[in-house]
Amino acid sequence: MANVFTNIGDWVTERAPNMMPAYRKHMTEYYAPKNFNLWYYFGSLALLVLVNQIVTGIFLTMNYNPSAAGAFDSVQYIMRDVEWGWLIRYMHSTGASLFFVVVFLHMFRGMMYGSYKKPRELVWLLGMLIFLVLMAEAFMGYVLPWGNMSFWGAKVIVSLFGTIPVIGGQLVEWIMGDFLPADATLNRFFALHVIALPIVLLLLVVLHIAALHEVGSNNPDGVEIKKGPKGNRWDALKPADGIPFHPYYTVKDLVGVGFFLLIAAFIIFFAPTFGGWFLEHDNSIMANNLVTPAEIKPVWYFTPFYAIVRMIPSFAGTAVWGVLAMFGAIAVLFLLPWFDRGKVKSIRHRGTGYKVALGLFVLSFFGLGAVGAGITAEVIPEWFGDVDLTTYENAFGRLMTLIYFGFFAFLWAYTHFGWEKTKPVPERVTTHD
Amino acid sequence: MANEVVDHGRRRFLTATTAVVGGLGIVSAAVPFIKSWEPSARAKAAGAPVTQSLAKIEAGQMLAVSWRSLPVFVINRTPAQLATLPAVDSRLVDPKSDGASAAQQPKYAQNETRSIKPEWLVIVGICTHLGCVPNFVPEIKPEPFDPNWKGGFYCPCHHSRYDLAGRVFSGVPAPKNLEVPPYHFIDDKTIQIGVDPKEAG
Repeated sequence: MANVFTNIGDWVTERAPNMMPAYRKHMTEYYAPKNFNLWYYFGSLALLVLVNQIVTGIFLTMNYNPSAAGAFDSVQYIMRDVEWGWLIRYMHSTGASLFFVVVFLHMFRGMMYGSYKKPRELVWLLGMLIFLVLMAEAFMGYVLPWGNMSFWGAKVIVSLFGTIPVIGGQLVEWIMGDFLPADATLNRFFALHVIALPIVLLLLVVLHIAALHEVGSNNPDGVEIKKGPKGNRWDALKPADGIPFHPYYTVKDLVGVGFFLLIAAFIIFFAPTFGGWFLEHDNSIMANNLVTPAEIKPVWYFTPFYAIVRMIPSFAGTAVWGVLAMFGAIAVLFLLPWFDRGKVKSIRHRGTGYKVALGLFVLSFFGLGAVGAGITAEVIPEWFGDVDLTTYENAFGRLMTLIYFGFFAFLWAYTHFGWEKTKPVPERVTTHD
Repeated sequence: MANEVVDHGRRRFLTATTAVVGGLGIVSAAVPFIKSWEPSARAKAAGAPVTQSLAKIEAGQMLAVSWRSLPVFVINRTPAQLATLPAVDSRLVDPKSDGASAAQQPKYAQNETRSIKPEWLVIVGICTHLGCVPNFVPEIKPEPFDPNWKGGFYCPCHHSRYDLAGRVFSGVPAPKNLEVPPYHFIDDKTIQIGVDPKEAG
């Protein structure tokens, strides 16, 4: 039997000499730093969720009807009549939210340990592109059930482009294919959601991993293991602080997968709507172009960005500023490797100013999320009594917006003018034997 | 047979012209795909005028009418509500509707009350920020979002506020006053939305 496999292997290698080595390059002979910690689970978990989204998505399309007349009913049909349809849809909708949980943590890990810095800027940029496509995927997927929140979400997000001077109005009609979200809009969003964007996403994921494996993974110490001593148990020329990705990190990641699936299963079975955070009850009403839901708010992962749009008033007769600020909030993340001029990567060896700034940045992200999710609108009257809610909420939200952008400005000044007092970076990862 | 000397200039020229012609081909081929996203003939055709009787709209009441799939608010304003309009002028972006909002209404509605007849407000209920339908909040009493509320419209999406003539408050995300659609009175108790008075003759 083993002979048969060897023969097949030889047969393939004879015809495609680089295919078997590619497996070795990315798995058994990819030497990753030996000091990965808990934060390093989220890349592989993102891949797991991506597979879940693709598999459940394929099965959802088998019963979903992409038309303004039929979409809402077909989703109810999946939930009630299709055998196990509810499970497949809840796996998909919960997967979408968990995708963002995992990706936000993955991105935060990159910020904390300086994984975006030279020589990994390209890995970061490709990752940010993945994040951008993911947001587009999430938005379009949210429109497909054609509930009232879907409809108004689509209206607002597409109208963001309407704030662009001169061509805005026409651009909105072009995106929607009508004068408001309609059958044409739903159909094209379906096509983009299930075909176009997943293809782009998969390609970007391949490039993201390929770019990472060229330079090698960063680690919690921010030490370049390729620059350290050579020679490990498997290869005399490879980094001493590296271990083969397979089986060491594949097995480690399996532990993460088990833990993650436990949490995911609990949500899917016991709290699939997650108290209105993952699926909103307002979306159980069919799309109505004449009535905006009384309390409109986006899904939780868009709340910080939504809050920024809300906090910026119009100026000089246009609402484009809030939209610019929102896209700017993502653009500054793209440019993070160039804002941060510091040479020291990991937070373990960075100055106090950086630690405080990163803490405030996380705080501002949650603060903006609280504004966007309507938490501040509930809490302010409770804490301050009968006050002008708008004034208080705007003051808080604008402060959070300032801190969000301030983080990048501070980071640049802090590292550019050499104010940062860093600790010495060790020669090797701290847990080497 | 083969050229001994490579003519680099000629090779560059051929590469450049091939790239330009090929590029033009790709751009031309993209046009039908891009154009296919524009509103279809069917979508454009659905835009006929709407006739609405006002007989059953009591003073202070609002009726939402669907015109071109847009909600059009028809509101019968009370004298008390009309009296609030000059009082809020100082808090508005464009109280006279002659600045940023000059194109937000037909000429015949570019006045104090933004209407043909003072009491009847006819307005497109689409927030000028990002297109939500604002809530009609007519009571003149302090609201959680504004302690000096004099009645008007409040958008649930991004909290923009408008007064009872659809004029936008300053300091909110929406840049312009709500749009007044073309409309005219067929008789005292009937309006037609979508047709100007002079077009109707």
